[in-house]
Amino acid sequence: MSEVLPIAEKISRREEKLESDDRAVFGFWIYIMTDCVLFASLFAVYAVLHNNTFGGPAGKQLFSLPYALGETFILLTSSFTCGLAVLAAQRRNKNQVLFWFGLTFLLGLSFLGMEIHEFRDLVLSGNSWRRSGFLSAFFTLVGTHGLHITIGLLWMGVVMMQIVKRGLSRGNIRRLTLLSLFWHFLDIVWIFIFSIVYLLGAV
Amino acid sequence: MKDIQPRVVYAGHKDDHNYTLRSYITGFILSITLTLTAFLLVDGHVFARRFLIAGVAALALTQFIVQMLFFLHLGRESKPRWKLLVMCFMILIVLILVFGSIWIMYNLNYRMTPQQINAYMQNQSGGI
Repeated sequence: MSEVLPIAEKISRREEKLESDDRAVFGFWIYIMTDCVLFASLFAVYAVLHNNTFGGPAGKQLFSLPYALGETFILLTSSFTCGLAVLAAQRRNKNQVLFWFGLTFLLGLSFLGMEIHEFRDLVLSGNSWRRSGFLSAFFTLVGTHGLHITIGLLWMGVVMMQIVKRGLSRGNIRRLTLLSLFWHFLDIVWIFIFSIVYLLGAV
Repeated sequence: MKDIQPRVVYAGHKDDHNYTLRSYITGFILSITLTLTAFLLVDGHVFARRFLIAGVAALALTQFIVQMLFFLHLGRESKPRWKLLVMCFMILIVLILVFGSIWIMYNLNYRMTPQQINAYMQNQSGGI
């Protein structure tokens, strides 16, 4: 049947498909931009409340800079390996896609583990979100980022399973492209958390 | 025959693969360098407080631009640049939100005297 179609029509159909993928990317881009506004409001809350320690400890006494630097490097590397997975998808190399996504997943999981460990230490030492306005703002901001990472990891697991089952189909390539946008975006948000909460908290 | 040009960088298009690999590697090395520089500045207390704050903010903004260009390939978007336009609007909203909040709250703290704060607290807890 497809042989019967004139070439011009074939091309216009292909263009339509490409355009619908572009539209998906653009739509997801707009979602990411609105998510930025969500994070901006949490940053504003943190900026307003970061001095309200209610007699409790400030960031300087609570945070370990080398620990946060380690978290930053892990997330940065995972953003890079996520990009390599997209490149492997461009070459239609299924095993490499799975390898790089697997690595990204493990790095993301270890980042999440480090964050949960940090939260656990804070709560166990009596510095939970109930301690002060500063800590409420801190847990909300960093916790929201951690929640996004968790969702990203779940999504990555689903996409990897889809790739194992159905290979690098059109739909799967669209999914992994959107996922990579999301993952890069989370890394960019973390850069601001690292700079504003951890580095400026220690100045 | 009409040539089909990719509108955005998208994993479905097999266009200049080398450029993208190079851009990811450049972005990664630049990001690591910028992060490490900011960390060393603060860890060593290299400058006075206000210069440190300005330095860390400048490095974070630089890294934002680096990752937008090299990881999200914003510079390679073909015209019309809708993604860039939406991002500029997002940045405007974010600036109003963050600096507006800080400005208002700073003014509120500045204009309230301790007596006013005490009177306010008593009014609130009095219940009448």
